[in-house]
Amino acid sequence: MTYESNKAIDANSITIDGETVPFDAGQTIMDAALAAKIHIPHLCHYPGLTPAGNCRLCMVEMNGESVAACVTQAQSGQQVSSNTPELNAARLAITQMLFVEGNHICPSCEKSGNCRLQAMGYYLGMLEEHFHQFNPRREIDASHSTVLLDRDRCILCDLCVRASRDIDKKNVFAIAGRGIHARLVVNTASGKLGDSNIEENDLAAKICPVGAILIRERSFDSPVGERIYDRRSISDTALTEHVPEKEVDRG
Amino acid sequence: MLVLMKNQSRPRSLIFDKQHLLHRLYILQQQDRHISSETIVRVAGECNMPVSQVASVVDFYSFFYREPVGQYHMLLSNCTSCGYQAGETDLLKMLCRSLNVDPGITRADGRVSISETSCIGMCDHGASMLINGIPLVGLDETKVVRIAGLVEQQMTLCQWPQDWFQITHPIRQGGMLLNNVGPPGNSLTKALSTGPGRTLDMIEYSGLRGRGGAGFSTGKKWRFCREATGDTHYVVCNADEGEPGTFKDRFLLQCHAGALFEGMAICASVIGARKGFLYLRGEYRYLLTHLQEALELQYNNNLLGCSILGHAGFDFDIEIVVGAGAYICGEESALIESLEGKPGVPRIRPPFPVTCGYLGQPTAVNNVETFIAAAYIVDHGSGVFRMSGTEHSAGSKILSISGDCRNPGIYEYAFGVSIQQVLNDCGADNAQAVQIGGPAGTLVARRDFRRRISFEDVSTGGSFLVFGENRDLLAVNQNFARFFAHESCGFCTPCRVGTRLMEGSLQKIVDGRAVAADIDEIKRLSSLIMRYSHCGLGHTAANHMLDSLKQFPDLFEERIMRQAFSPQIDLEAALETARQITHRDDADAHLD
Repeated sequence: MTYESNKAIDANSITIDGETVPFDAGQTIMDAALAAKIHIPHLCHYPGLTPAGNCRLCMVEMNGESVAACVTQAQSGQQVSSNTPELNAARLAITQMLFVEGNHICPSCEKSGNCRLQAMGYYLGMLEEHFHQFNPRREIDASHSTVLLDRDRCILCDLCVRASRDIDKKNVFAIAGRGIHARLVVNTASGKLGDSNIEENDLAAKICPVGAILIRERSFDSPVGERIYDRRSISDTALTEHVPEKEVDRG
Repeated sequence: MLVLMKNQSRPRSLIFDKQHLLHRLYILQQQDRHISSETIVRVAGECNMPVSQVASVVDFYSFFYREPVGQYHMLLSNCTSCGYQAGETDLLKMLCRSLNVDPGITRADGRVSISETSCIGMCDHGASMLINGIPLVGLDETKVVRIAGLVEQQMTLCQWPQDWFQITHPIRQGGMLLNNVGPPGNSLTKALSTGPGRTLDMIEYSGLRGRGGAGFSTGKKWRFCREATGDTHYVVCNADEGEPGTFKDRFLLQCHAGALFEGMAICASVIGARKGFLYLRGEYRYLLTHLQEALELQYNNNLLGCSILGHAGFDFDIEIVVGAGAYICGEESALIESLEGKPGVPRIRPPFPVTCGYLGQPTAVNNVETFIAAAYIVDHGSGVFRMSGTEHSAGSKILSISGDCRNPGIYEYAFGVSIQQVLNDCGADNAQAVQIGGPAGTLVARRDFRRRISFEDVSTGGSFLVFGENRDLLAVNQNFARFFAHESCGFCTPCRVGTRLMEGSLQKIVDGRAVAADIDEIKRLSSLIMRYSHCGLGHTAANHMLDSLKQFPDLFEERIMRQAFSPQIDLEAALETARQITHRDDADAHLD
């Protein structure tokens, strides 16, 4: 046993890649990592929202078992490996899966440069999509005056569902359908966003990690070079994200 | 001895709640042959639920349709044993041709629709289908021709030959559970006189482990549940027998329902539950009337209801909830979601159902056979039970045997029986391999037939599929891969996307377009799905691929091309859309 792992036996601390990380009761491995400024790659997690564990990018090895860091409670003595070649290769493959199952045409996408999926691809050294394209046919919903829903780019992360339900208290979105037919649906009689009460300032309208939910008429407002991920890597930005406090209060 | 109390007959509405979302939707599906967007909005209003919840339930379960199905709606099983391709002829294609209909598309006159569905548990009856939800067994070419005629003549199903719907129960070999046909009430009487604490000790001491396949200690599960704090506790029987090749619960529900309900009541007495559910797979809906009658009998005999067998304060009711076509609901937390009227997406565990299950309350979920075994243990003692089986697998296992053998059916063995012994008994002379535990289980090749059925060695929830020497095992893998892709709930990326990719990779091998690197790719993909998925479906979805690659590498080797690379897509086929759009079919519109 290494010196570092011995330290993990201390109450309320775990180790992540050998580094001792304290945690508070009730925190997940992801919470503890973020608090210690350690980046475990993730897409469906956003601090301040209930974790879902669906993207599986935050898979780590914990005492020999593969677990999703965002939904696994931290417990004293856990020895967690995250930044390993094997796990990063798996994360790369999972990211590639997310690319091929939807229709992600980065060069023409309004979200390019501000997209967490794209940034994750860069972070993990993704040079090609590897798997064959599914080329699904998905519906675009342009019925709302200020919010656009382009399902081609949806990665089913469920962030908008949780944000709308738990923070905005509007319950505008849900995931419906099974397996590869899973898709984002709108909770209105018509199924159209235009008939919902979503507003452009809602967290659900802003939280989409990809270009599936966009605020209209704001596209391409930052020039190339000044977009979020032109300046910083996702491994940095991910450490600073949190649902704004006033939104939490509102929720 | 059974103490008969005052008649406690129970209104059917309490045994089967018509207001449950799945049941409401079933009635509407029957009535309108589909569930329209308008219907979804109406139901949401009536149930005071978000429209999106009703829509997501409709879209999750296979037996709900957004577009009208035919007046005769036929779902042919695609299992390797009771499936339409089990014999020489593709019966689905034949039936579609005979009725001039495309699979999955309702005929223009609305008369008929034909599609396929995952195993319907009729594997001992040959190729089978559900027609308007009712199993029709023993399909062959002759029957297909006659069915086409009956449909065209618009004969109602009661006018069809009734022997087509006859489900028999071939018990080929009985054991402690199947031969146990004592008078009703014995187990429960003993449990109540023994008291819950000592009854639990008995179950623990017996070494009983869950019969659904996972093999968790039943005693431990009940103890965790008993000790968990909650406003109330629930007992749930998992009768969502979906693993292809399994049909032993179908038989147990038909012939041993009393023992099952006693087992559930014993569990209730141990964990302190007042309410239980039997979650019946939609494919077995035809058993519903029988089960309701069996429940009524339990009430009449005071084996359910208030002050059971005169024990004041021991009240326990059982309600039946019927699923609507989703393999994933066999996973206990997905089952609970379904019980709550939601899509069957497995929950994050922990917390486990024993502490946080149905409506967030402590819930013990067990398989049909587990409850029946528990009832047996209480009646006959843990010692007798432990005398059968092996050190870590006490008691017996009921197997559903089907495939390439002379005597498919139900067999009960003490744990520890060798695969060879089972094959001898079921008349499988030329088996090259057996798939034990269904597509999620283990493929065992002939050289390993000395291996034994037990939790220590080869474990199974009951499925035992025999593959004779003429069986194309690669086609079996393809069948399994398609099954998992179809049944993946879609929640997590590795399973949702990975199972689809697996289907494509296998197709490439079957088509002879693969190279050696594609085999490595399949291994990588398998490990990814199995290690990083959210639930048991993903964790086991690639077992069959890895087993085949290991046990039968030649199957793959002999189909691959000796070159470094070949594209995943079939370029020539990919041009077809372009040819159609441009109305071209000349030489320049093709690759060669």
